[in-house]
Amino acid sequence: MSFHPKMTYGAAFHKSARDLDPDRDQGPPFEYTAENRARFDRIVQRYPDAQRRSAVLPALYLVQYQQGHITASAMRYVAGLLGITPADVEDVVSFYSMFYTKPVGRFVLQVCRTLSCALNGAERVTEELSAKLGIKPGETDPSGTFTLIEVECLGACDRAPVVMVNDAWHECLTPGDAAKLVDDLKARGEAALSGCHHVVEKK
Amino acid sequence: MSFEPLLTKHVREPNSFTLDFYLQHEGYDGLRKALAMKPEEVIDLVKASGLRGRGGAGFPTGMKWQFVDKKSPNPKYIACNADESEPGTFKDHLLMERNPHLLIEGCAIGCYAIGAKIAYIYIRGEFFHVQQVLERAIDEAYARGFLGKNVLGSGFDCDVYVHRGAGAYEAGEETALLESLEGKRAQPRNKPPFPAVVGLYGCPTAVNNVETLANVPIILMKGAEWYSKLGPEKNGGPKLFCISGHVKRPGVYEAPMTVTLGELINERAGGVRDGRTLKAVIPGGSSVPILLPTQLDTQASFDGVQKAGSLLGSAGIIVLDDTTCMVWLAENLLHFYRHESCGKCTPCREGTDWLYKILRKIERGAGQMSDLDLLTSVANNIAGKTLCAFGDAAVTPVLTTLKHFRHEYEAHIKEGHCTLPADWRARQGVATHP
Repeated sequence: MSFHPKMTYGAAFHKSARDLDPDRDQGPPFEYTAENRARFDRIVQRYPDAQRRSAVLPALYLVQYQQGHITASAMRYVAGLLGITPADVEDVVSFYSMFYTKPVGRFVLQVCRTLSCALNGAERVTEELSAKLGIKPGETDPSGTFTLIEVECLGACDRAPVVMVNDAWHECLTPGDAAKLVDDLKARGEAALSGCHHVVEKK
Repeated sequence: MSFEPLLTKHVREPNSFTLDFYLQHEGYDGLRKALAMKPEEVIDLVKASGLRGRGGAGFPTGMKWQFVDKKSPNPKYIACNADESEPGTFKDHLLMERNPHLLIEGCAIGCYAIGAKIAYIYIRGEFFHVQQVLERAIDEAYARGFLGKNVLGSGFDCDVYVHRGAGAYEAGEETALLESLEGKRAQPRNKPPFPAVVGLYGCPTAVNNVETLANVPIILMKGAEWYSKLGPEKNGGPKLFCISGHVKRPGVYEAPMTVTLGELINERAGGVRDGRTLKAVIPGGSSVPILLPTQLDTQASFDGVQKAGSLLGSAGIIVLDDTTCMVWLAENLLHFYRHESCGKCTPCREGTDWLYKILRKIERGAGQMSDLDLLTSVANNIAGKTLCAFGDAAVTPVLTTLKHFRHEYEAHIKEGHCTLPADWRARQGVATHP
């Protein structure tokens, strides 16, 4: 049996008793704000009563919006709300790439690296951003302002290269403009982004 | 060509996404027509139209709906696949952003046809701005009685909810989508049973792509015969083509499937950039075989592209010009597949990682000739040995580039470095990612 070396398993162990990876950021005790709790209660009604588990992705998004990343305490809290085990929640958090288990910067720059963006200079964009910020992809700068991540296809290949900043998009970013984007973000926040093409074409 | 776009006719107008605009352009008339018919008549109409699923497989939608187990005592569901994550595909993005009511109307008609009361639109997490447009449109539709209890006074109840994914290519596979919707990892199920019998929460479910459902109101409005005659036999209806890569005017172009790849690339998208020449075309998203410039007269239909030796897939046409190194291309795509493999089936989980590592070695000039056979061997031990089509998709970029551009692989190995380093690639080789 290939049990996790760090876990305490005994003869009477049942999988429902499995707790989270002990190396995880435990974080302070977690609870939704009243506002988020109300949002959660609304969302959970979309699913049949016996299928509250369906709300795990929206519930985790609420955690992430509230405190930036998902801690072990938050996983236990969400598990309690949905009536599933903390391990079930950890299972989901560790699978999906949009959930962060470590703190990230105020602006998370996600450069699309897949074919159509790469054909139009995405690798160069990542290089320029990396040089400007002084960090490698996957890292956060010391001031905690920027995190640089390379991601797979964002689904806007006609506006390549695309960079997603938090939940907003910046399209047709040329390598030469990459450093300027960093300065613009510092000065104007997300207003500096060109947005999805709906907005772009109106301009 | 006197074809007038049906799905994207108004997308460039500023208020195309509002309900008022939609109602001024025959909006929800298809739903009215459907509600005046019996559900089985709606299914028969969609069957007669020959509508084929726009998500990639091209399976007839009417048949899919007919397979939904009507006798089951359980509730039925529509799960709309808006996970659009096949590299090179961005048509659903445009549809949902500019014409969301067309999709909502399609969802409502679909629910009515199969006897469902709820449609979940599973949208990929990265499309947050699109989700906001969609949710606003759904609220408008509820407020005006197109959704909710007793739709348009017909006694039919219909709810449409948006469910946001969180970054997983595999969630675009229909059973993995259902798993994700149930709050689990997006990993595929064994088939059969198919979702039409055992789907969401174990209930009969129809999983349909966004563009597929968006075609349904058009069929109701124009009739099955008109629809099936638009385009070649068995490939009827308007189709959205996504053209990206090395072209002058990348974008979404709508056309009947009588159009050829050459017309789409050279006329609609303006051809490759000045001073460059066309090297190859990937006609249906990253997971289909490459076509060569000599095959540009291929009809861009499901059957036409298949006859040419590839697949139309999601109609994500990626154009590659002569600056593209094919070993680099395979490496780029295998990086994608390695990252996105859900990990359920061992051949895919382990194999994609090995393929990537070998390709990376060759691309950096450290490969040897025996690696080419190794690539083929690893690829052949993934294809057909996985639960879902991901395995076959992941090995295609390797096998197709080896087939058509083996000389480039050999040149890398002989010369000890990449023989086609383009100025749009990273300056330090592909050093940005481990």
